[in-house]
Amino acid sequence: MAVYLVYALVPLAWLLISATKTQRALLGTPGLAFGDTFALFDNIAATFTHDGGIFLRWLGNTLLYVVVGAGGATALATAAGYGLAKYRFRGRRAVFAVLLGAVAVPGTALAVPTFLLFSELELTNTPWAVIIPSLVSPFGLYLIWTYAAEAVPDELVEAARIDGAGEVRIFFTVTLRLLVPGIVTVALFAVVSTWNNYFLPLIMLSEPDWYPLTVGLNQWSARAFGVGAQPIYHLVITGSVLTVVPLVAAFLLLQRFWQSGLAAGSVKR
Amino acid sequence: MSPTRRTRQVATALAVALLTALPACSAGSDGTSPGGATGTQEAVDAALREGGEITYWTWTPSAKAQVEAFEREFPNVRVNLVNAGTGNDHYAKLQNAVKAGSGAPDVAQVEYQALPQFALTGALVDLGRYGFRAFEDDYTPSTWHSVQVGGGLFGLPQDSGPMALFYNKEVFDRYGIAVPRTWAEYVDAARRLHAADPTRYITADTGDAGFTTSMIWQAGGRPFTTDGKSVKIDLRDEGTRRWTSTWNQLVEEELVAPITGWTDAWYRALGNGTIATLPTGAWMPGVLKASVPDGAGKWAVAPLPTYDGTPVTAENGGSAQAVLEQSGKQALAAAFVRWLDNGNGVKPFLDSGGFPATTADLGSSAFRDLAEPYFGGQRVNQVLTAAADQVAEGWSYLPYQLYANSIHADTVGKSYAGGAALDPGLVAWQQALVDYGNQQGFTVTTG
Repeated sequence: MAVYLVYALVPLAWLLISATKTQRALLGTPGLAFGDTFALFDNIAATFTHDGGIFLRWLGNTLLYVVVGAGGATALATAAGYGLAKYRFRGRRAVFAVLLGAVAVPGTALAVPTFLLFSELELTNTPWAVIIPSLVSPFGLYLIWTYAAEAVPDELVEAARIDGAGEVRIFFTVTLRLLVPGIVTVALFAVVSTWNNYFLPLIMLSEPDWYPLTVGLNQWSARAFGVGAQPIYHLVITGSVLTVVPLVAAFLLLQRFWQSGLAAGSVKR
Repeated sequence: MSPTRRTRQVATALAVALLTALPACSAGSDGTSPGGATGTQEAVDAALREGGEITYWTWTPSAKAQVEAFEREFPNVRVNLVNAGTGNDHYAKLQNAVKAGSGAPDVAQVEYQALPQFALTGALVDLGRYGFRAFEDDYTPSTWHSVQVGGGLFGLPQDSGPMALFYNKEVFDRYGIAVPRTWAEYVDAARRLHAADPTRYITADTGDAGFTTSMIWQAGGRPFTTDGKSVKIDLRDEGTRRWTSTWNQLVEEELVAPITGWTDAWYRALGNGTIATLPTGAWMPGVLKASVPDGAGKWAVAPLPTYDGTPVTAENGGSAQAVLEQSGKQALAAAFVRWLDNGNGVKPFLDSGGFPATTADLGSSAFRDLAEPYFGGQRVNQVLTAAADQVAEGWSYLPYQLYANSIHADTVGKSYAGGAALDPGLVAWQQALVDYGNQQGFTVTTG
């Protein structure tokens, strides 16, 4: 446990301490010691103003990709997962097989074929090239499916039907509330993976104005390499801290919804 | 930061592996007309008068100033400057766009080591078509050689990197060690320095593909030869073994610092004297001045050590600008490249600390005799321009050098990590390159 804590916390401490140093102190002092000056606020200001304030633009892009991409992925996974769990129709088993296969394929391996596909559609170098692929979350769908099978009792749905509610109304008034813990879990997964998505936007986008934070910060970091190198490690580090903060906030905010099985055991079988 | 860099490297290696695999089917199909077409520059001049908009991908820091100067001189041309990524990211995107058939820029920066790969897949315009062969005498022989592939001219050289020995004079003086002139003296200096102070090393090296190829180049090795679709790889040739017999001593005795280049730790070590020398390209002064302020007044430059006292060096790094076949405005793009590397674009490049490939600039006394305060007033360009004249001839990169570099760490890198002789690592590298080349449709033989 202690080893794990050290393993988990030392890099974080390094990141936080380093964010308070100037570029010169960063290269001149040991990793876990503070520099002479406390430059955190200067660094934050510099991060937001460097390159004509492009960091703010990257932050906005990331938010756009997360809200539309992860939000859309969660909505689609919820609707589809519930449908697969609660309705019997032909081809359900085939969907299951395809889904399991899809979960097994890493997104990185699909990036290049996806690029060629999107290039045919002339969608590369647009936000759509990042958003559309992230709308599909096989793992989220699978999670909702299994969760809905347990958390939404058939008896409850049938009771609602007997009371005269339509399928759409049942979904929005009865099912959705029962699914909230599952949805929050899927949303967190989708938010984290979209927020951290690197390879897909790297391949799809060539215009820095559309970069998310991950690709943008890496481009700043890459300035330290090769001929004409101009390292700006202090801005990369401060930018990384600023990138982590919203994720931490999202976790703290969403975890109170994370109570499991609202209706588990509410119905006698 | 390090975990992201690790994943980035893995991702990039993967991308390069995937991407270099894709275009192989079209390799050598066209664009390599032997002898090279030779046209005139009239079309280029006409396109420049007409004007229009082009896109230019580069990560060169001087590009912004260059594009602004170009647009002032030619107000009817608009250049859309895009930094699509550095190094491998840039090439991955470029290769993607080439494969997809759309999305490539009109002009792109391409390093000499990557040029054959793009030229042989038909991605680049043969500038001989516009009469650019007339510029041959304007460039050093080694850079001019680097932009020619299979008889075609696929770019104009921008910068060059003839190698020299950058050394920390303060450290050498403190321990009373003379600046080495031969590699034997260099190894001796390494031993004495590390014995005097175990925290100091003669240099840092964890296995860098660009350094490996440059050092083999200087030692007289010519491991890669290409003729159309046939490739010969011999990483056991005499020159290669001459280099390993020197460098093995440093690696096996753990006399090189295990610090990877271009990391924050590396910059730190350059500033505080942990790393005493850097055998590297002539573009290094700009990097030191911009990024290692703590080293001011300590560093100096000497000719690269040799094996037998005869002055000889190699190129390390450097890039050209090329016009993409996909461009709808090839003549205008060629005009921009001509201005950039053979016209008024050279000056902003020099002002930003770049090291030129043009003989006129290398020969100008203003450039040669510039006293550099960072180097304690030393006229470093006298050493560096002399090196530009001493680059060994006849070097070629592989037509899939980017892939080769991406797997260097998995083969030769292992020798470094284990403190073992480099030769088995080089043999493993060769085997992987032979297998890959054959899979890509080349006929690869070994020496």
